[in-house]
Amino acid sequence: MKLRKKIYMVAGYNTISMGTGRKEFNPKKERPGLEEYMKEAGQAVLKQIGGAANVDECVVGNFIAARFNRQANMAGFFPFVDEGLKYKPCTRVEGACGTGALALMNGIKSVLAETAEVVLVVGIEVQNTVKAIYGADILAAAGWSKERKDGHAYFFPGKFSDRAGHYYEKFGKEKTRKAMAKWFVNAMENARLCSTAQEFHNTSKDLEALGMMEPNGRSFVDNLNVFDCSKVSDGASALAIVSEEGLKRCGIDKKDAIEVIGFGQTENDITKPPADHTKLDTTAAAVKKALEMANITKEQIGTVECHDCFTIAGIMATEAIGFAEHGKGIDFVLAGNTSRTGEVPFNTTGGLIGWGHPTGATGVHQAVTILEQLTGKAGDAQINIKPNRPYGLTINMGGDDKTLVSIVYKKAE
Amino acid sequence: MNYVEKFQNVSVLGAAGKMGSGILLLTAIEMADMSLKPENKDKLFILYAVDINQKALGGLMKYIQAQVFKAAEKKTIALRKVYADRKDLIDNLEIIEQYVKDVMNIIRPVTTLESAYESNIIFEAASENPDLKIKMFSQINQNSKVKPWFLTNTSSIPIGYLDKEAKLEGRVLGVHFYNPPAVQKLVEVIKSEKTVAELPEFATQLIKNLRKIEVPSNDFAGFIGNGHFMRDALYGMNEAVKLSAQMPLIESIYSINKITQDYLIRPMGIFQLIDYVGIDVCQYIMKVMKPHVTDEDIHSPLLDKFMEMGVKGGQNSDGSQKDGFLKYEKGKVTGIYDPETKQYIAIESFAAKCDAKLGALPTTIKPWKAVVGNPAKEEIFKQYFAELKTMDTLGAKMATLYAIRSKAIGQKLVSDKVAFNEKDVNTVLLTGFFHAYGPINDYLN
Ligand SMILES: NC(=O)c1ccc[n+]([C@@H]2O[C@H](COP(=O)([O-])OP(=O)(O)OC[C@H]3O[C@@H](n4cnc5c(N)ncnc54)[C@H](O)[C@@H]3O)[C@@H](O)[C@H]2O)c1
Repeated sequence: MKLRKKIYMVAGYNTISMGTGRKEFNPKKERPGLEEYMKEAGQAVLKQIGGAANVDECVVGNFIAARFNRQANMAGFFPFVDEGLKYKPCTRVEGACGTGALALMNGIKSVLAETAEVVLVVGIEVQNTVKAIYGADILAAAGWSKERKDGHAYFFPGKFSDRAGHYYEKFGKEKTRKAMAKWFVNAMENARLCSTAQEFHNTSKDLEALGMMEPNGRSFVDNLNVFDCSKVSDGASALAIVSEEGLKRCGIDKKDAIEVIGFGQTENDITKPPADHTKLDTTAAAVKKALEMANITKEQIGTVECHDCFTIAGIMATEAIGFAEHGKGIDFVLAGNTSRTGEVPFNTTGGLIGWGHPTGATGVHQAVTILEQLTGKAGDAQINIKPNRPYGLTINMGGDDKTLVSIVYKKAE
Repeated sequence: MNYVEKFQNVSVLGAAGKMGSGILLLTAIEMADMSLKPENKDKLFILYAVDINQKALGGLMKYIQAQVFKAAEKKTIALRKVYADRKDLIDNLEIIEQYVKDVMNIIRPVTTLESAYESNIIFEAASENPDLKIKMFSQINQNSKVKPWFLTNTSSIPIGYLDKEAKLEGRVLGVHFYNPPAVQKLVEVIKSEKTVAELPEFATQLIKNLRKIEVPSNDFAGFIGNGHFMRDALYGMNEAVKLSAQMPLIESIYSINKITQDYLIRPMGIFQLIDYVGIDVCQYIMKVMKPHVTDEDIHSPLLDKFMEMGVKGGQNSDGSQKDGFLKYEKGKVTGIYDPETKQYIAIESFAAKCDAKLGALPTTIKPWKAVVGNPAKEEIFKQYFAELKTMDTLGAKMATLYAIRSKAIGQKLVSDKVAFNEKDVNTVLLTGFFHAYGPINDYLN
């Protein structure tokens, strides 16, 4: 499949990813809610694109405010963000932790369908409203509800702990744990360079030792420690998806835009366990599609934002993309290829473990990070984009390798 | 009767008090966990929360419920297995709520002692009053048909004395929790000469199940914990009085508190600890200990003086510290009580002067916080005390003498056979008082 017209992403914005780790976070004090995050992110984009009048359509990605915040019908917040959005078509989409990229896909398809030239996309989640033990109940909805009863108290960490366990068995525990710790160290080092990251204030001295902490199944899960996990976060990310026409309408220069040159969206049966626990098959299929549509090879990718909800998922993603053979992702990571000075820097603002994981926002946050990196606006977190590897890749995953979107980007020209 | 059967009917006396509420919480959870085992599903478990204070019982039930909720949240992983066959309970929240119901369902708050007549096990944490305890024990013992076991939380009354006065025929054991029982790991267990063997066996299993640390102590007033603390406190108060020949009393209290906290690297100074326990409680415990200790004068005129002026210390119901020898603002010590003017004098107004008199701090000194969990603390203390003992300042000299006295108190507890060995004394100070090092050590040799 080929894209029938050019699609651009512009005017990215991230709120702070709020939660443990941030100095301003106090679980006992009142915090901004959905309203504040919607407004902050939505208005920041509108300001950059010349106001609400330029917008044809809005999409909000939100996983499960219905339970975290007793709020559904999230589309109704767009006219609240700006009165100028009243009576415009607005949609809320959901695909668990892959929600954000589904929102992007909706925007992309509207532009492709020529029903919109400018789509405002916001991803949002506010999750610190409940303790982690109850948050786990809510997030478990990303899996099959019939599996909940027999699942772990921390349902998703339990799922990926099982995956890690299989990986240890097949490819060696010691090296795998070292690679997972390395992934964590990379995440923290990157997050410290990004002022909106949840771990921006992180000052731990011996990150390696934290990452290597022995998992304890009595207090958490058998094969992961807390540092292997993404954070519980409140936050929103937003951008605009526009056509050539839309760029002109908003008065945005191409040097401030990235172009979507390929995407792959794949789904797998939510009622079935993974065929092989050590592989992310649905991810691999999505990446393959995206690269094919973009007509590039993985060797041309300069940076990746992958869905590292757990360190082990990050490692498996390197294999799903094809950077490393099955079982060799650990070597690939340990050799430093994914660190910010490596061959293909991954998750350059910290990813889900370092920047944070406001579930519905994550897919959008990934696109914003690529937008910043490819246009040279990533500030202290800026990496060097080599001329022979000019492309950016994102992978956003819903559930246990179920709902997948991968997108390939390049700097607009 | 085995362990589980014993636990099918239990009473906690003084359940609404500081210690009673914690013991009730631990017991309720232990009983609920037993009742939820498949083999015990048909057995009835009953826990009477006995207290004369009707109003406090209401507050108690709220407290227990909130605490059980927290406990359940911490052990949800295990609870999911316990309720694995309950198809209707799916979310963590549903499982946690069910557990809270199951625990609360065991507890019966009552104001009358009669309920305890059915109980096999009587935990006692009523006020520290020998006559009250004896009266309750003998009343239950006379009316009960089950020959109950009495586990008393007394801090200072000899167990043999309670046994004899209440005619319990050896069915009483000291099981001395520390405050707050839900958090503190240490439990001192005290047999009297007559205590029947099954009681300590039972206590050992209970303490193990509660994942606490048991230290046996002999039946001497004060046992190990208060045996050490009361003598240590007496020494500190006497030193402060002596020092007040050279400086005003507020300054000497400040100095001794500083020496015992900073110089001795303890979590709090001795006057702050007295305030924490309560000046009234300390005075009372000394009074109970005094007749049982013949070779020392366990009595402090300074405590009497402060009590007369109504300065008592202790804690507010929210756990915050009341003013005592010292004044506290947001957990920080800000003033010292001056018995002359009957008011607190701000520390800032004289601290610098006192600090100068005490002299320069040892260069290797570290705050308690920095060493208590430090794996290299043994080395740190060796180095520190080696420096301390060579120093010629007032502070260093008094600190050295204090440490020597503290060690001697510990050793005397062993030679008096209150403690079975030196290690037990150190364990009590390390776990019950959060000291970073045991008082019986060779750092000053
Ligand atoms: N507070 C401590 O730090 C501490 C530590 C270890 C041991 N202890 C010991 O624990 C015991 C209780 O101390 P506390 O600090 O919890 O005291 P507290 O005053 O907080 O509680 C005592 C409770 O006993 C109740 N009570 C009094 N008379 C009663 C009666 N006739 N029938 C039923 N209940 C009655 C009171 O209403 C009160 O609720 C004492 O023996 C004390 O020495 C205290």
